[in-house]
Amino acid sequence: MNLILISAIWGIVMMFSGLFLKSKSSAKTVALIGSIALLIGNFFDLSGKMIIDSNFNGMLQYERFGLLFLTVLILALIMYILLSGKEVEAVGNHPFEYFALIFFVMSGAGLVALFNNLLILFIGIEIISIPLYILTGSDKRNLKSNEAALKYFLMGSFSTGIMLMGIAFLYGATGSFQLEQLMMQPQEDYKVFMLIGIVMIMVALAFKVSAAPFHFWTPDVYDGAPTVFTSFMATIVKAAVFIGFLNLFANAFGNKTGNWQMTVAIITALTLFIGNITAVYQQSVKRMLAYSSIAQAGFMMFSVFAINDMAKQGLLLYAAAYCFATIGIFAVLVKMKDYTFDGFNGLAKKQPLVALVLTVCLLSLAGIPLTAGFFAKYFVLAAAVKTGTYLWLVIFAVVMAAVSVYYYFRIIQAMYFKEGEGQEMAITTPFKALLLTVAAVVILLGVYPSLLLNWLTFF
Amino acid sequence: MTALLLILVPLIGGLVTFFVKQESQVKLWSFVVSLVTLVAMSVNLLMHDEAGRSFTAEWLPMLGSSFALQMDGASTLLCFLTALCYPIIFASTWKSSYASPNSFYGLMLLAQAGITGVFLAADGLLFYFFWELALIPVYFLCSKWGGEKRIAVTFKFFIYTFIGSLLMLVGLLYMYYQTADASFSMQSLYAVKLSAEQQSWLFWLFFIAFAVKMPVFPFHTWQPDTYEQSPTAVTMVLSALMVKMGLFAVIRWLLPLFPDAAVQYDNVVIGLSVIGMIYASVLAMQQDDIKRLIAYSSIAHIGLMAAALFVNNESGLQGAMIQLFSHGVNVLGMWIVIELIERRFGTRKMSELGGLAQKAPGLTILLVIVALANVALPLTNAFIGEFLMFNGLFKFNVWYAAVGGLSIILSAIYTLRMIQKVFYGNENTLTATGEDINWFEKASLAVIVVAIFVMGVYPKPVFELTTDTVTLILGVFK
Repeated sequence: MNLILISAIWGIVMMFSGLFLKSKSSAKTVALIGSIALLIGNFFDLSGKMIIDSNFNGMLQYERFGLLFLTVLILALIMYILLSGKEVEAVGNHPFEYFALIFFVMSGAGLVALFNNLLILFIGIEIISIPLYILTGSDKRNLKSNEAALKYFLMGSFSTGIMLMGIAFLYGATGSFQLEQLMMQPQEDYKVFMLIGIVMIMVALAFKVSAAPFHFWTPDVYDGAPTVFTSFMATIVKAAVFIGFLNLFANAFGNKTGNWQMTVAIITALTLFIGNITAVYQQSVKRMLAYSSIAQAGFMMFSVFAINDMAKQGLLLYAAAYCFATIGIFAVLVKMKDYTFDGFNGLAKKQPLVALVLTVCLLSLAGIPLTAGFFAKYFVLAAAVKTGTYLWLVIFAVVMAAVSVYYYFRIIQAMYFKEGEGQEMAITTPFKALLLTVAAVVILLGVYPSLLLNWLTFF
Repeated sequence: MTALLLILVPLIGGLVTFFVKQESQVKLWSFVVSLVTLVAMSVNLLMHDEAGRSFTAEWLPMLGSSFALQMDGASTLLCFLTALCYPIIFASTWKSSYASPNSFYGLMLLAQAGITGVFLAADGLLFYFFWELALIPVYFLCSKWGGEKRIAVTFKFFIYTFIGSLLMLVGLLYMYYQTADASFSMQSLYAVKLSAEQQSWLFWLFFIAFAVKMPVFPFHTWQPDTYEQSPTAVTMVLSALMVKMGLFAVIRWLLPLFPDAAVQYDNVVIGLSVIGMIYASVLAMQQDDIKRLIAYSSIAHIGLMAAALFVNNESGLQGAMIQLFSHGVNVLGMWIVIELIERRFGTRKMSELGGLAQKAPGLTILLVIVALANVALPLTNAFIGEFLMFNGLFKFNVWYAAVGGLSIILSAIYTLRMIQKVFYGNENTLTATGEDINWFEKASLAVIVVAIFVMGVYPKPVFELTTDTVTLILGVFK
């Protein structure tokens, strides 16, 4: 509860501080203070000390897993603010408002991670989505940004409608919004409603995490939005929706194996295929990362598909590995003028440290051992193997992982092996230190993932 | 403790190398590091320190995986080979200079740590970890310091092996869930009882990974290009050591885990290997570039070893074991000669060379010995190995032995032709400028020549060393 409250309040604080603080650069500082407050609040959540100790008639549940997941998100948020905070100021004249919106998103993430009632899930998803529509269009003078925002808004609203309808169907079948009620088998006559409800919610959530075939908005929106917000949307937001996705299926439909699992398997395979294959053909690194985020979503879908202890650990690790690596890459990307692959040519000569960090992050995204990405992929795949069925899906996924090596390594090749000038970048020493921290975390989790996972059992 | 040292010394040494500034210091430092591993390994062998050959530490208890290292006969042999080859590689390429030498030598040492780890790992997940880890430095080495087409070629190599590895990972995961105690340890995995159907598809998941690495026909297409484009020091690592990873993995993991499937598919594997032997030999005959010639001849030799591993009799297995070592030494010798020729004359084309024997008699004598070992002449180490392997193949099926045996003749043809074209005949304007090799280069070749003769005349120590591995595998089949 702390996290939800603090982030909502801090969002308002940010808006008001915009009125009183004239210097744009102070926005980053205020945001940083807020995010640290979030971290502390969440820590108290984990140890059971809450500002308002109420679960609102069972509409929220304080699971350790959800809270731990939020910790990862907050840590990623802190890293995001540290690495990209300056760029937020460059987007437009209202940095305080942008950060306020980001805090509102975090509040929504809190609801999604802890919901125990479909309505809370719905409200959480909407609280996450609406600020994003605005952030996408925040570069007001850029036509692409406007178009992206409109597109995102229209399609997002549509998926919201579908989700509501799904919830209505589920309510019709079971007479309740509570997850434990949904666990019970409905009467024979209502089984169809149940199934339709599940599929509709699945579709809506698949849209939000940009899983195929509901991914079409992703490249355009990610490309159109100011890069610094793309970074936020592709990482923290995506992970936040996934936790909702997993919670819903684990706590509400987990016992109803069968039909929905097949559907998830098909969505997973499609997502992996489309994300990876299309990413291969991209010329712009930003668009490549948009498609790669689709591909990564495919791997995260495995946790929804498998639903066991391994899957939960896997999603936790995946969120950490993916968020940190992607935020690191985007932080560098924003500093560059040329977003094509050629823009990276010869970067290793000019900026050896940046190139090294990028390499570590890219290796992690590709899932190469010694990086966090390897164990992230390992866990989600192991979770799927553990179910004992659908082994073809796992084999398909690893082949797709090999495809992903192609586009991730294109950047490494450009940086190290191709001749080029390397772009001028305004990179300060603290920024370099932060980048190094990202790389260190990625490697640390890659050698010893228990560091994070032990938290699941301790506390 | 030796087991741990063999990984730690090159790992830490390699990381330190990145921070050494001067080229001469980098070379000296990495040479010393590689010597330290050799000394550690030799001391272990001479002292018969069995306790030092295993090591266990906690790593990922929640996954049932531990940092377990263990040397049995085959892995002792290969660890020794790795420890022996590295100083020789560094010594023989002493004169070559590379851009940013600290990264080059650092990566070389990291590759050594990875390769040694593969030979030592007694835990499935750890094995996979090292398997990939050996690949990453080599990827950077080839892509950065290689020939003109290096980027595309190395990338192909990387993708091939990466797909193979990932398939193996899926198989490994599946095996893991079948173990009684949810553990990746080698003993638990060995103890898994699988149905024939499970074995048959798990076999292929693992085999493809290993076959790409070896490489066995038709998974070999990355090999000649990569060997050709890599800087020679890296080619040495690739062909003398990395391909052994594939063969070793068959011995340590594939055969003990899936004995029934190995019997079921032995004809397929041996058939492919024999086709590969002939095919590669014929291609080798048509090469003008010596590096490509050796690359193809290497496919032929590896093919024979791959076949011998599946014949399921003692002489085949024993031959393959000894050949693991011999091939490493011999092919390293060939690369050294090529490196020396290329550095002196700037070409590797047979058509542009000739008459070297008059200018460089020392080099010629050493090369001829190495080349004859490569052809498996009696008294040389490869003769012992090839004789046993063909013997094993013969017992398995006469036809395979007969067809495979053709590769011996072909091998003699292309090797002798190469000697003749490069070293004999008339000098030309290019080769007239040549001079003989210095003592340093002679010394590194001399070590190899000594190894060739010692093992050719007295292979008993190697047999004794690898008996336990052979017994283990034959035991599994019975």
